This record gives sequence, structure tokens and C-alpha cells, in this order.
Amino acid sequence: MNTWLEANAALVLALIKVLVLVLILLTGIAYLVWFERKVVAHIQTRWGPYRVGPHGLLQPLADGLKFLFKEDVSQPNVTSPFVYVLAPFLSLTLAMLAIAVIPFGPDVELWGVTIRPQIADLNIGLLFILAVTSLGVYGIALAGWASNSKYPLLGSLRSSAQMVSYELALTFSVVGVLLHAGTLSLREIVDAQGAAWSLPRWFVFPQIIGFICFFLSAIAESNRLPFDLPEAESELVAGYHTEYSSFKFAMFFLAEYAHMITASCLLTILYFGGWHSPFPATAEFAFTEYFPVLLLGALTLLCLLEVFRLSRGLHRFLMLVLGVGLAALAWLVAQPPLLAAIQGLFWFLVKVGTFLFIYVWVRGTLPRFRYDQLMAFGWKFLVPLAVANVIVTSFFLAAGLD
Amino acid sequence: MSASYWLFFIFAGLAVLGAFNLIWQRHPIHSALSLILVMGSLAVLYLLLGAEFIAAVQVIVYAGAIMVLFVFVIMLLNVGEEERTQWSRVATYLGLPVAVLLVVQTGYLLYRAVPMAIRVDPNRFVGTTRRVGELLFTDFLLPFEVTSILILVALMGAIVLAKREP
Repeated sequence: MNTWLEANAALVLALIKVLVLVLILLTGIAYLVWFERKVVAHIQTRWGPYRVGPHGLLQPLADGLKFLFKEDVSQPNVTSPFVYVLAPFLSLTLAMLAIAVIPFGPDVELWGVTIRPQIADLNIGLLFILAVTSLGVYGIALAGWASNSKYPLLGSLRSSAQMVSYELALTFSVVGVLLHAGTLSLREIVDAQGAAWSLPRWFVFPQIIGFICFFLSAIAESNRLPFDLPEAESELVAGYHTEYSSFKFAMFFLAEYAHMITASCLLTILYFGGWHSPFPATAEFAFTEYFPVLLLGALTLLCLLEVFRLSRGLHRFLMLVLGVGLAALAWLVAQPPLLAAIQGLFWFLVKVGTFLFIYVWVRGTLPRFRYDQLMAFGWKFLVPLAVANVIVTSFFLAAGLD
Repeated sequence: MSASYWLFFIFAGLAVLGAFNLIWQRHPIHSALSLILVMGSLAVLYLLLGAEFIAAVQVIVYAGAIMVLFVFVIMLLNVGEEERTQWSRVATYLGLPVAVLLVVQTGYLLYRAVPMAIRVDPNRFVGTTRRVGELLFTDFLLPFEVTSILILVALMGAIVLAKREP
């Protein structure tokens, strides 16, 4: 047994990484839903989830249980039972597959073991993500077709057209970054942004136009407002997943949020320096190492304040437990070997969190496009802009003006 | 036998099964899905050869763009199941043997004709992004550009045909 373990250490480590990442991702998605509901609620001056747990913190758990135990309304009239079941599986699998090549931080050495926080370091990491997202459209298209109902069919037709159109702008806008970095490996792209002038050397500064194109088409690719025509409630009931219920519906839901997380990770890696800190690595900025501790400490303080403010005993108790847990985590992170190890991951998560907030902010603020506006915006504005960006970038690089 | 050989046989088998299923299925969408399976398996075969860039492009272009268009058109036109015609008696009795004969014959001839030395070897095959890019812009520059212009012409032709007044 031991010899087998030694011979297949890489395989076992990879499997453990996959399991841990899937668990974290699913929990993260569940709380991303809570986060979105809270932020949108506050934008609209409401409270959002408030009853299940303190500040609705147990709402994701309740939602998950409901999805699992709700009756799956059987659809006797589906066009093809096989495709009807296949579609949600395809959606979720492909959405989560893309996360496999995302590097979450630099190599970390803890207790003599080097851990690379990434499942697969591919030479063609970026192409892999583009390939997987380009397949993602099948989940939606097949769902609409298999449902044998007109609203889902309309939704999936819209979605196929939209995703194929915006994929073009998405791919073109990345080319600028590739020209700068000279590699398709996500890890090497981040490494290329390591150095700093007075500003950090992130690709967002030379590639601001590419960044804007990528950001807009990434929102469209994950079918979110203002580009959520495939599931426009006011026109199509619920779009492509109208005929799905219980956990099959939940899988589409999870897939959308997984897409959001992938897109935020990609924005961070391609344009915002991945896990590199925005501060220069000099002695006068050494104090920034303690930001993770500060953040956790502030959260602890918030939780402990809530213990006195909330009225229900159970909620106060849960807040207390959460506060103590966060304090313990803050203490743990403050220990020297962990503090150094956590830096990359911390900055990565902060950047990803910021983008997730912007996603939610956009959703809470902007109205939906009309269909022809959507197509005109994609083809007549984003694609030409992205192509122009490629031409200008390659001209500058060829002239040696980095 | 190493893992890559097992993977080769698994995905080669999947590709062949998908191709059979493509013909066997009566509904166009099911056939299209089988074709996507074939494309995906082919991408894995490219990957096993070390041609990672070609594998990714295979998925992005064929499975991700062209087949989406197929599925889109099938859905848009609402194509129904095809109807089985009365099979001709010749096809029933001779079809399978002739097909098998053809495959075996072609395989044997190819095996004889191509010398061992120039057959694709996973260890010598260079399909990295850098190498493909270099070849496209040096040795194969003219074919590459001519193909691009051909595609552009075809695109413009399609637009002209589509915009013509009825």
C-alpha cells in the first residue's frame, strides 16, 4: 500500500486537490448567491435574506436542501428524454471544468511540501478555457430544444446566437495580452506581470481597451444582466430552463455562477496581475503583509458587534461562533510561515471578489438590452474594437515600444 | 503498455462508436451530438500525439463553432425525425461486407505503403503553439494567406446571396 502511494503520489495529490477545489467551489457558489441577493437588495434599498440564520447566512443551505428534496416534476412531453437529462449535466460539468486550469497562487512551501494551488498546469491553459466555454453553449441550446416548449426554444436560440457572437470579441480581446506575455500558459502570463515600475506592471494599463472588451463579452458569455436575454423573465418566463425543476434547475443555476467565478479569475489573471500584490516588494511596504490578518480581524469585530445588535438568541449564538472562528483564523494566519504562504492566495481572492462585486453591481444597476441592440453592440462595436486593439498592440510591440 | 496507449484505444473506440451512432440515429440532433463526440475524441487523439494546440483548435473550431451552427440550424428549422425507406435488398445483404472489405483493404494498403520510418511517432511530433505559429508564418505563409482570402470571399458571397431581394 505504501509503495503504491509513493509511486502514485502525484495522482493522489491531484485527486485531493480536485476534491478540495470542488467542495470550496460549490460552497463558494452557494455563498455567491447569498452575496448577490444581499448586494442587489441593498442597491434597491431592501434587506435581502434576513430570516434563515443571522443576516440570512444559512439561506444557501436552506436553498440547497430545497433543491435536493423538491419533487422533480417529470416532463412527459420532452422531445428526447436523454438530451433533456444530458443538458444540465453538460452545463455544470463544462462550467466547472474550466476552473481546473486556473492558478490560484504561486508555489507554496509548507512543512517541507511544495504545493501548487492549481489542478492542471497546461501549456495551453487559456485555449483550454476558451474551448470549454465554447462548448458551454450546448448545455443551454440542448436544454431549450429538448424541453419541447416554445419559450425555452426561443431562449436557447437567442443564447446560441449570443454566445457564438460574443465569443469572437472575447477571443480577440485576449490576443493583446498574449502578444505582451508571449505564452498561453496562465501561470506564465501571471509571472510576466510580476515586475513593477512605480505602478504594478499589470496588463490592464497597456491593454485597457482589451480589458473593457473582455469584461463586457465575459458578462455576455455567462448570460448575465444586461445580456441575459436567454432567460429574460419578462419575455420568456425563465428562458431555457423554464421546463426544469428541482436539482436539474439548480445545476443550470450553479453553472451560471461557476461561469461568473471563472470569468472573474480570468480577468484577475490576464489583466490584474493574478496573485501579485499591488504594492511594491520593498521594506517600507512590508506592513501590507498583514492585510489578511487585518481583514479577518475587521470581520471578527463586525460579527461580535452583531452579537449585541441581533434580537434572536440563536442568531446571536451563531454570530458569536462565527466571530470566534474568524478570530482563530486571523490568529492562525498571523503565524510567520502561514502569513508568507497566504499572500498570493489573499491578493488573488481579493481581486476575484472585487470583480464578483462589480458583476453584481452591474446586474443591480443596468437594464436589459433589446435583442437587436445586443447583436449590434457585439458585432458593430466590440468585435471591431477588439480587432483594432490587436492591430495597435502588435504595431507598438513590433516598434519596440513596450 | 503505458497509460497513453490505453487512452488511445479508449478514445479511438469512442470516435468509431460515435461515427456509427451518427449514422444509426434517426433524429438529426442525436446525429449532431454523436458528431460532437467524434470531434472530441479526435481532439484527445491529437493531444496524445503531443499536438496540444491542434487539439484545442479542434474543440474550439469544430465542436465549439461549426457544430453549434449545425445544432442551431436543426433547431431553427425544427427538422423532424427522418423516415426509414424500404431498404434495397442489395444494401441489406451486401452493404456491411463491402464496407468492412473497403476499410480492411484501405488500412492494409496504407500500412504497406507508408514506411515505418515516417509514420507519426508521439515522441517526435511537434504540435506546440510556438512551432505551429512559426510554420504558418514561414513555410506555409502563402497557403495560409490564400486560404484566408478564400474564406473571406466565401463569407462575402454568402452575405451577398442572403441579402438579395426575393
